[in-house]
Amino acid sequence: MKKIQLPLTDEIIETLRAGESVLLSGTILTGRDCAHKRICEMLDAGTPLPFALQGETIYYAGPCPAPDGKACGSCGPTTSARMDAYAPRLLDLGLKGMIGKGERSRAVCDAVVRDHAVYFAAIGGAGALYGNAVCKSEVVAFPDLLSEAVHRFTILDFPCIVAIDCKGGNLYGR
Amino acid sequence: MRKIHTDTIEQTLYELCGRACLHLTDACTRAMQSAAREEAEGSAARFALDTLLANAQTAARERMAVCQDTGYAVVLAEVGQQVQIEGKPLAEAVDRAVARAYADFRFRKSVCDPITRVNTADNTPAALHTEIVPGDKIRLTFLPKGFGSENMSRLYMLTPSQGVAGIVDAIVETVRLAGSKPCPPVVCGVGIGGTFDTCAFLAKKALTRELGSRNARADVAAIEREALEKINALGIGAQGFGGKVTALGVLCEVLPTHIAGLPVAVNIQCHCMRCEKAEI
Repeated sequence: MKKIQLPLTDEIIETLRAGESVLLSGTILTGRDCAHKRICEMLDAGTPLPFALQGETIYYAGPCPAPDGKACGSCGPTTSARMDAYAPRLLDLGLKGMIGKGERSRAVCDAVVRDHAVYFAAIGGAGALYGNAVCKSEVVAFPDLLSEAVHRFTILDFPCIVAIDCKGGNLYGR
Repeated sequence: MRKIHTDTIEQTLYELCGRACLHLTDACTRAMQSAAREEAEGSAARFALDTLLANAQTAARERMAVCQDTGYAVVLAEVGQQVQIEGKPLAEAVDRAVARAYADFRFRKSVCDPITRVNTADNTPAALHTEIVPGDKIRLTFLPKGFGSENMSRLYMLTPSQGVAGIVDAIVETVRLAGSKPCPPVVCGVGIGGTFDTCAFLAKKALTRELGSRNARADVAAIEREALEKINALGIGAQGFGGKVTALGVLCEVLPTHIAGLPVAVNIQCHCMRCEKAEI
C-alpha cells in the first residue's frame, strides 16, 4: 500500500487517484459538527482561529477517552456529509485534506478540484484500529466540546482509500 | 411477588453496557465474515470488510470500543408482572448504570441538548422502554445505538392499498437514500403496523432480534427475504464502495394497525451490531 507522509503537498496530491488504498502518517486535526460550526462563526466574526488551516488535513472524528497507557481511545470516522455545509469554505482557505466516511455533495467535489485538495475515506466502524494508530493526541481548541473538541493527532499508518481526487475522480461516483 | 432491587438491575445493566460496546455480536461477526467471502479479493469493499474484521479483534484484544460511536444508550426492560421493584426509581438506576459504565470503560459521551448542543457529559438519559410481561423475571436488553445509521432511518405512513409491495419499496428506498452514509453493510429493523409511535419502537425492537433469524410468520419472513435481495441488488456495498453486500439482514416485526393505515418504520443499524441481553 502507498505510504503518505503528512502534511500533504501539491506534489503528493497530484499523484493520488480515487480508489487507491493508502497509509497516512504524520499530523492531522480532528473536527466534527460543533467544531465546524464554531470555526465558521469565528470566520464570520473575523476572529483569528486558534490553529492554521493552510496545508492541514481534518479528520471528521470524535474519539472515545483514552484508556490508561494509550494516546487515544476508539476513533473511527463520522459521516462526512454533515460537514458538507462548511467544507468548501475551509478548502478555499487552504485546507488540503479531509478524512471521513461516505459520499460528499457536488459543492465539496467541486471545491476539491478547484483547491487542489483530496478527500480520503477511512473505514467507518473501525474505531479501535484507528484509535490504536494514534501515537499522540492533544486538544488544540474548544475543550468544552469534549470529544468534539479540535485535537491534533500524530498518526502512524492510518488505512484509507482515496475517495475524491484533485482531478475530480470519485470513488462513490458510479 | 418476587422482589428485585434496583441495585441488581443497575449492576446487570452496567455489565451489559461494557460487554456490548467492546464486542460485536457473534451473529454479526459471522455475517461480516460471510460478506467478506462474497466480495472479490482486491476490491475496495473487501478491503473495508477485512479492515472491520481486524478492527473487531483489535477492540477485543485492547479492550477498546469497537466503534467510537458508543451510541445513545437504548435499554429495553421487560418486567414480569409478578416482580416488585425495590430501591431507587427505575429510570434513575438505569441512568446511573449508563453514566458509570461510560465513565469506567472510557466510552464516548454522545448525548447533548437538542437546541444548545451542550453535552450532558455522562451519556444520559438512556432511552428506556419498559414493557410489562407475564412472569417473575426482568429481561434487560442493552443496545448502544450509533447515530450515523439512526440519522438514515425513516417512517412511512403508507395507505392500505400499497400493501406488501409498498412495504418492501419503503425498506429498499430507505437503504438506497442512505447510500454510503450509515456505514453499510447495514441491518434494517422494520416495524410494520401499529401507530406512528408504536411502529417506530417496533423497528428498534426488531434490531434486538438475532441477526440471521426469520420472523415466525411466513408472510413476514417473505418480506424480510424479498427486501434483503432487493437491497443487495442496489450495489452500494460495504462503506458505499460498491459490492454485493449492502445489508446483512432485514428484521421485521408486525403489530395490528388501523383499517385506514399502514405505518412502516425502518430503523437503520450500521454493521457494528452491538446488543447484549440478561435475565434477572
